[in-house]
Amino acid sequence: MSSEELTVDNAEGVNRRDFLYVATAGWAAVGTAFAVWPFIAQMAPSADVKAMATVEVDLSRIPEGSEIKVMWQGKPLFIRHRTAEEIEQARSVDLSELPDPEPDSDRAIKPEYLVMIGVCTHLGCIPNAESGDYGGWFCPCHGSHYDIAGRIRKGPAPRNLDLPPYKYTDDTTIIVG
Amino acid sequence: MRSCSKTVRAGVLALTMGLGAALPAQAAGGAKEPMDVDFQFEGPFGTWNYPSIQRGLQVYRQICSSCHKLENVPFRTLTQIGFSEDEVKAIAEQYQVDTINDYGEVEQKPAATNDEFPAPFPNEQAAKAANNNAYPPNLSLITKAREHGPEYVYSLMQGYVEDSEIPEGVNLAPGQYYNEYMDGHKISMPRQLYPMMVMYDDGTEATVEQMSRDIANFLVWAAQPEMIDRKRMGINVLGFLFILSVLLYMTTQKVWKPVKEGATPWKDIIERDQANRQDA
Amino acid sequence: MAGVQYRPQSGFMQWMESRLPLVGFVYSAVGKGYPTPRNLTYLWNFGFLAGVCLVVQIATGIVLAMHYVPDATMAFQSVEHIMRNVNYGWLLRYVHANGASMFFIVVYIHIFRGLYYGSYKAPREVLWMLGVVILLLMMATAFMGYVLPWGQMSFWGATVITGLFSAIPVVGEQIQTLLLGGFSVGDPALNRFFSLHYLLPFVILGVVILHVWALHIPGSNNPLGIDVKGPQDQIPFHPYYTVKDGLGIVVFFMFFALFVFFAPNSLGHPDNYIPADPLVTPPHIVPEWYFLPFYAILRSITFDIAIPFTGITLMSAKLLGVLAMFASILILFALPWLDRSPVRSCKFRPVYRIFFWVLMVDCVLLTYVGGMPAEGIWPTLALIGTIYYFFHFLVLLPFILPRIEKPEPLPNSIFEAVMEGKSGPSTPQAAPAE
Repeated sequence: MSSEELTVDNAEGVNRRDFLYVATAGWAAVGTAFAVWPFIAQMAPSADVKAMATVEVDLSRIPEGSEIKVMWQGKPLFIRHRTAEEIEQARSVDLSELPDPEPDSDRAIKPEYLVMIGVCTHLGCIPNAESGDYGGWFCPCHGSHYDIAGRIRKGPAPRNLDLPPYKYTDDTTIIVG
Repeated sequence: MRSCSKTVRAGVLALTMGLGAALPAQAAGGAKEPMDVDFQFEGPFGTWNYPSIQRGLQVYRQICSSCHKLENVPFRTLTQIGFSEDEVKAIAEQYQVDTINDYGEVEQKPAATNDEFPAPFPNEQAAKAANNNAYPPNLSLITKAREHGPEYVYSLMQGYVEDSEIPEGVNLAPGQYYNEYMDGHKISMPRQLYPMMVMYDDGTEATVEQMSRDIANFLVWAAQPEMIDRKRMGINVLGFLFILSVLLYMTTQKVWKPVKEGATPWKDIIERDQANRQDA
Repeated sequence: MAGVQYRPQSGFMQWMESRLPLVGFVYSAVGKGYPTPRNLTYLWNFGFLAGVCLVVQIATGIVLAMHYVPDATMAFQSVEHIMRNVNYGWLLRYVHANGASMFFIVVYIHIFRGLYYGSYKAPREVLWMLGVVILLLMMATAFMGYVLPWGQMSFWGATVITGLFSAIPVVGEQIQTLLLGGFSVGDPALNRFFSLHYLLPFVILGVVILHVWALHIPGSNNPLGIDVKGPQDQIPFHPYYTVKDGLGIVVFFMFFALFVFFAPNSLGHPDNYIPADPLVTPPHIVPEWYFLPFYAILRSITFDIAIPFTGITLMSAKLLGVLAMFASILILFALPWLDRSPVRSCKFRPVYRIFFWVLMVDCVLLTYVGGMPAEGIWPTLALIGTIYYFFHFLVLLPFILPRIEKPEPLPNSIFEAVMEGKSGPSTPQAAPAE
């Protein structure tokens, strides 16, 4: 602040460093912050979205060697009933070859039913089933290849396909969420 | 709530009378003014009466819900009136809701906490057909949709009179009943509350007055679940603004003091501006 | 009285000002460079407050539109969704709904302040007329906003108000159908009202900018209504009126908060919490309180104008009512020329001062009558109120007052008037008028 500005202030009897002015401006600034908060918070998921229901899936209707898609929290779940060969294929991979090493046994509670969130970990497209260089899934958007355990093998995706929380309520029924 | 809103109304009237802001005051045609009840949620420092709201839920489930919907009140929200998550789950599972299974068939399954109380009728026509062509309104907004909402519900429940007390000259069509607090006195809902109709879980004696009070408390919560949080936030906001107004008042006094005493800041600014221009 | 140019001190600010003189703009608009009369009272806060209201309405409205669904089957439920599920949704909606009432309270005070102190007179006629345009736009916006929750009052309000257009001779019915996009209020009407309700506030904002621009040419009027005679009559807007307006805003927010937090539905109507039902009209349809005086004028005319003994109706009561209602606002455009007194402020107009308060009482009466059922004594009172309203503007101001009123002597200058009886430390002589 120049000396000129200061004389202006003094002429008006105003001293900017006055405690009263600082306190008033500070208190008003805090109030503004409080007032802005609801405008930001309203954009976060609302109570009904946060309480989105769980989904129950009957696995017995999926023939061996095929898969279904189920919606969960607005996203598709891939549920694949894997054949013995597919499981064998997934288990025989050398983990050191993988960009995101994870044994197949960690990918499914029961090896014959693979349950994954069907969203490419790169930028969120939905990969195609039974395609790609590794006999698993292939994301057409930017060319990520996943193997039959949903693990990333080639392409820009940083991680294996994510797994949702789920549990078995009986031999062939799961509850996701 | 009512007394509070009355005060505010009086306030706005006093403040805006000069503006032409008179509020319409209307008396419902021929209905008695609802009884004045002291509810715990009333006033700026009101709180929820959880036991009463829970009892009101029991009244709703056992009596009202056979005809009246309760839209937009999913089971999960019952945690707000003092139930645990497990209790809410247990309540929800006592109801069946329609769901479409993997084969495209409509199937009944126990309700989840995100479901609402199932509607008693599939649609408005069915509700009217079953109720003598009168549509039982959704109850989740009833206390906001009527003047003096909570008091109205409380009074209406107790507003039925013995047949012998119905005034002369009142012609009730079949399926109509006389109620002192109903607009026009004719209501299509028969008297619902009789003493001891509900066995309260907490052992409270279920008098008609008690049940009326409890259902009113429950429906106020169902209509305005935010009410108590809102009032609490209001107290904080007013306190905050009050402090700010005091600070600003002091600032204003201080800033204006020289002008009040005859200072001429604008003249000084102009003169200095001219001096500066000559310098430049 | 020209302001003072902002002169940047630092090199960066000089660089910036020569490219985008934004700081200089604010400096001359509401800063140290804008001279204002030194005697403005708290009644002069309400213009700034109205601007604050507009900002609050736009801000809350934009976020509400993120959750609202303009569809006849879902609108009501989407409002309930906002109230129950959206984070702080109830707060945002209650601020928006009560904010409309607050906006009108502030603007009505602002208008009556202008009426009392003669702020519509030369050289501020255009400023005043732009204000009337803002009022009209506000009314249209508020009406369309009230339709959006799709409750009973929304639906029947929309039906009745668009029905006004059917009073136009010959093509009235067609115009109503065109406005509604159908033969009754429904989805097309709801969707276009939503679209326009989102658009009009920005049109208001544009006219507000013109209004403020027109204000900065002559500068503010003041309680004495006399022109500024020299720099000692003035003080810079900042800091004097920034702190004063700031205090006004905080006090106003406290009043606002009383409604939002403790009586959020007291200014609304319970029937609007009943979903719209085309089969049932609520027993008492009343508009929001801020429309009541106009509603009273609309309903006050219950007679046709006909050629005697022929049975030919020239104008139906319905058309007359509609014309009277619109005329009651449009007449304000002519006010600067209807009031011919050279003196602005009521302070020095002993007769007009009385009639100002009579007009005020008349407006309160019309407001009250507007909320009453059209039966008994009320239609008569409405007619008397309406006749007086037009008498005030069309007869009293131009023809009677100039004959009977002798204004009191005006003070020499603002400075002299405010410093009277005070012995200030530095009382300069009033500079001669320019």
